[in-house]
Amino acid sequence: MKTLAELQAIRDRMKDSVTMRSGTGSIRAVVGMATCGIAAGARPVLSALVEEVSKLNLSEKVTVTQTGCIGICRYEPIVEVYEADKEKVTYVKMTAEKARRIAREHLRDGKVVEEYTIGAVEK
Amino acid sequence: MKELSLNILDIAKNSVKAGASLITITIDEADSWRVLTIADNGCGMSPEFLAAVTDPFTTTRTTRPVGMGLPLLKLAAEQTGGSLSITSSQDAADHGTTVTASFRMDHLDCVPVGDYAGTMVTLIQGSPNIDFSFRYRTASGEITLETAQMREILGDVPLDTPEVLTWVYESLCSPVE
Repeated sequence: MKTLAELQAIRDRMKDSVTMRSGTGSIRAVVGMATCGIAAGARPVLSALVEEVSKLNLSEKVTVTQTGCIGICRYEPIVEVYEADKEKVTYVKMTAEKARRIAREHLRDGKVVEEYTIGAVEK
Repeated sequence: MKELSLNILDIAKNSVKAGASLITITIDEADSWRVLTIADNGCGMSPEFLAAVTDPFTTTRTTRPVGMGLPLLKLAAEQTGGSLSITSSQDAADHGTTVTASFRMDHLDCVPVGDYAGTMVTLIQGSPNIDFSFRYRTASGEITLETAQMREILGDVPLDTPEVLTWVYESLCSPVE
């Protein structure tokens, strides 16, 4: 059983880094989490993205958020990546594994994973 | 929906959208019945909207005129011989909505509860400033999570900090005491 004492320990560890974390967040990765997204498997996609961003220490520049229905339900789960001065990238039919690759290649290394984008899947 | 916990995630998001500051989720298992309750203190629904809310062509989404959240939960309950009921109030004094669904656990079509811990983590990650109260009670014991209590301990550390989310997941996955 995880105890509240362990939560206290997390607090003591995190106290100093909180101000740093709530910094910029220049990249936003948004996961569609309406009924359509959830039914298609968005929950594990979101978990994988959150986990990987944390593991790769990208928390300062990347914010992972949830949104409602994006309007193209047949392509769910969908992840949209917003970055200042760049065109929005829409990834479709995501899985947890694909999401981890996007975290590494796009969010960390800045290289769009073309094969998972809506443009590539629609062809 | 393959697991009840996905319906829970979906329906609780309606409470988030209704501006709730507290969302209470309980799963009670006794005899052969599983009863799920999702209660919020959000803005509530008008009697007209409430009357039509389990119709798939009633929705608050603006991207298309179909909303399957409550109809899917209703289907999941009714296919086991259970039922869905919703009460809602827009009174200034006690506004909010309560969704209750009951399932016969021994029915072949009863979907499993599934990854409720993943659902709670997802809800907290998506709305770290809302309080969630979760209780899952079975014959062998109960699991609870109170974000208000966590907040007291964590102080300025936000609930959506990855380490905190991991703690939530693991604490909910611990065996029932």
